[in-house]
Amino acid sequence: MAGTPPIVGQSPLRKEGKAKVLGQAEYVDDITLPGMWFGATVRSTIPRGRITSINFDPSIPWQEFTIVSAADIPGENTIVHLTKDHPCLAVTHVNHAEEPILLLAHPNRALLPAAVAAVHITYEELPSIYTIEDSEKKEQIIWGEGENANTFKTYLMQKNQVPIPEEVWEKADYIVEGEYRTGAQEQLYIENNGVIAEYDPETGVTVRGSMQCPFYLVHALELVFNLPAEKCRVIQTETGGAFGGKEDFPSVIGSHAALLAMKSGHPVKLCYDRAEDMAATTKRHPSRTRHRTAVSKDGKLLAGEIDFAIDGGAYATLSPVVLSRGTIHAPGPYLWPYITVRAKAMATNIPPHGAFRGFGAPQSIFALERHMDKIAKAVGLTPEELRRRNFLSTGDRTATGQLLSDPVDMQHLLTRAVEESGYHAKRKQFDRENPISTIKRGIGFATFFHGSGFTGSGERRLNSLVEIELTVEGLPRILVSSTEFGQGTNTILCQVAAQTLRLPYDQILIAQPDTGHVPNSGPTVASRTAMIVGKLVERAAQSLCATLVTSGDLPHDYTPEDFRRAAQLYLARHGALKSEARYESPEGIFWDDETYSGEAYPAYAWAVYVAEVAVDTSTYSATVTNFHTVQEVGKVLHPILAAGQIEGGVAQGIGYALYEKCLWNNGHLANNQMTNYIMPTSADIPPIHVTFEEVPSPHGAYGAKGIGELPMDGPAPAILNAIEHATGVSFNEIPLLPEDIFERMTRVPNTGTESLDPAIAGPIFSEASA
Amino acid sequence: MTTIQFTINGEKETVEAPPMKRLLDVLREDLHLTGAKEGCGEGECGACAVLINGDLVNSCLVPILQAEGTEITTIEGLVTEGKLHPIQQCFLEEGGAQCGICTPGMILATHHLLEKHPQPTPLQIQEGLSGNLCRCTGYMRIFNAVQQAALAGVAE
Repeated sequence: MAGTPPIVGQSPLRKEGKAKVLGQAEYVDDITLPGMWFGATVRSTIPRGRITSINFDPSIPWQEFTIVSAADIPGENTIVHLTKDHPCLAVTHVNHAEEPILLLAHPNRALLPAAVAAVHITYEELPSIYTIEDSEKKEQIIWGEGENANTFKTYLMQKNQVPIPEEVWEKADYIVEGEYRTGAQEQLYIENNGVIAEYDPETGVTVRGSMQCPFYLVHALELVFNLPAEKCRVIQTETGGAFGGKEDFPSVIGSHAALLAMKSGHPVKLCYDRAEDMAATTKRHPSRTRHRTAVSKDGKLLAGEIDFAIDGGAYATLSPVVLSRGTIHAPGPYLWPYITVRAKAMATNIPPHGAFRGFGAPQSIFALERHMDKIAKAVGLTPEELRRRNFLSTGDRTATGQLLSDPVDMQHLLTRAVEESGYHAKRKQFDRENPISTIKRGIGFATFFHGSGFTGSGERRLNSLVEIELTVEGLPRILVSSTEFGQGTNTILCQVAAQTLRLPYDQILIAQPDTGHVPNSGPTVASRTAMIVGKLVERAAQSLCATLVTSGDLPHDYTPEDFRRAAQLYLARHGALKSEARYESPEGIFWDDETYSGEAYPAYAWAVYVAEVAVDTSTYSATVTNFHTVQEVGKVLHPILAAGQIEGGVAQGIGYALYEKCLWNNGHLANNQMTNYIMPTSADIPPIHVTFEEVPSPHGAYGAKGIGELPMDGPAPAILNAIEHATGVSFNEIPLLPEDIFERMTRVPNTGTESLDPAIAGPIFSEASA
Repeated sequence: MTTIQFTINGEKETVEAPPMKRLLDVLREDLHLTGAKEGCGEGECGACAVLINGDLVNSCLVPILQAEGTEITTIEGLVTEGKLHPIQQCFLEEGGAQCGICTPGMILATHHLLEKHPQPTPLQIQEGLSGNLCRCTGYMRIFNAVQQAALAGVAE
């Protein structure tokens, strides 16, 4: 080793950080192409109906505009995700408010809003449904037929494929039931969705813009334009936040802009403003989870029945895979002798819901972690003791039958979390102080896991490829479609390559994701980049090094100067050098989609989050006053970026629990503005403490596991558990706003409540048999 | 169209623009200064923040007419002789920028805060930055960056 200190585990400066602090990083709306026009979208004003007429108000000089309808689509009128149910542009019917019907383009951006308003569309309205319950009734069928009516997807997950024997319920000391709900949540990236498209009859379509998954858009364009993949080029520009909101949606806006570019003969920029972005693009799926749990009197979980339903909105988009992750995470980090999860994604006339950090898991984990506190109360154990008696540990099998062969130590994580947060002392202190204070304080926690990488056989299907090439200067450049949108992709992948190649971090380059030049390393989603793509970068770097050593130009023990010299010699002799690594499924990873069993994820991150809250009984507002996180995420590649991921996820989780409410009015988002959709500001955030435990995973780069989604899972249940401690009232629905707390805390006793205090509500759990 | 004169990042500038055109659009379209970003268009997010006569202002809410005779500083004006401003350096080193879209506004808000409170308390930092939304960081690393910048004594 020639003197390059390890860079993995250090915190070098973010690769594109200097451009960002200078304000020089180029986001899509900062780019102007010669002859560029601007696009706009004419959308449905009703949630469901038949289009009866479209009229263009003569006050607008329409000859100046390009107008695109579904009739202009050269290929299929579909935005492909997992199914082809989602039209690119509506033709005869609309199924949600804000559904795109026509597209307009004009050289002057300022003229577009008036033009959009001057397209008059009349409809024959049809009855709409907005809730999971309405969808289940099937009085209105808005999607599919027969068994699939209103149902995008169902799963049945049973441990060992065995139903729960009736005698388990009969013999249980307690049967605890509960229902839990979560609302829609807007990703609220500060940069709205936006793209610029160009069209050339010879070379095809080029779309550049803000996105997570360039090859998803390539695939969408292939169908809409009926072009081969090599004629659909997609370039990711600097992306101002995404969080899942730019996973599937760029396929829509990218296809729209490209259609306008084709018809107008100009490059077309289509960037939404905030109101349009919030009203029309995807959000986190609302959910309803019902638990029925058999428990012994010593607090052992005997069996669990979980009904998990999510509202997918009007088209399937990614709902089946969101449902899948939610289903697999529903049983949590606990050992269940028997468990049955019945899951379904239902259709409503709400704009389609889509990917958002956590991807179904925050919903089902919220339900379970609230339910665990309820079980503890029923059994008469502390929340801590109940969990300790049921944690999964090394050598156990999960609900999908996966053997946990890598070390798992939730007991230790919980011990560390209660110590670092001062949980026991604070619990006593708050119990003592609350009766004489108008500010009721509480402390609560959640224990959970999050699977890294695509679910089940997903990574095998993705078949990701990573390349590293040499520049003419003899520097390695990483070629991936994995995108940077703040999480640190550029930086950590360069760290991995630097360490593997024994070169300084500054001498590793990473290419802009441009599908014309980079291979498909898979989408940037699912907490997969550090682990899966990082490992491929490590292998490609090893292969690059081996090639140079084998060529005889590079000694085994080399300096960066030796490397550069050898690289340039190799290039002079052979012209180019590109090494590659393709995903190989690790030994012993098997997944069966039919029985929903096997290795659901190659690795899991494990965590315990502790929230402290203060509930003001004069204003009924709840505030998070302190937050501790302890997590085991494998090797931490970059401590500053990793902590930043946790802190940012916790802040989003606080918003999910206490602030962020989507108000729907006849299927329209009524609060599609930052003024009335409230996300946490710097003044709303408590100190967030981040502790990492590192147990290197054999599957990830230098032992890394996934980290991005994990911190979204724990905050909401930890906060509501703390609020129950503070107030004695059990809240089981988020977002929990002051008016909700007011309503419950001022309710007259005996009018129905889920509180476990029998003095208020009477027993809500049954003692099945003693 | 109206003729408006102001000073931007130390240089005199004259623009011809409709009087109600937003300062943000004049900066981005007429002057090609794209460091100020549009996040919400209604003064909630602070991504378009600039300094006008030393005050922190959301440029999406300012008709260009009101800029007549003012001194405006944008993120592009913080660099001196090609060197990062100490606040920019602290944001870079402390992980205060993730996706980067809020960063120009956040750095200008920090500049404004440290002018007012050269050694701010944690509460002053929280309140001083509360008009600038960040969806990535949870603000912790931004607070660290501001504290480091205060220690570096950038406001002297």
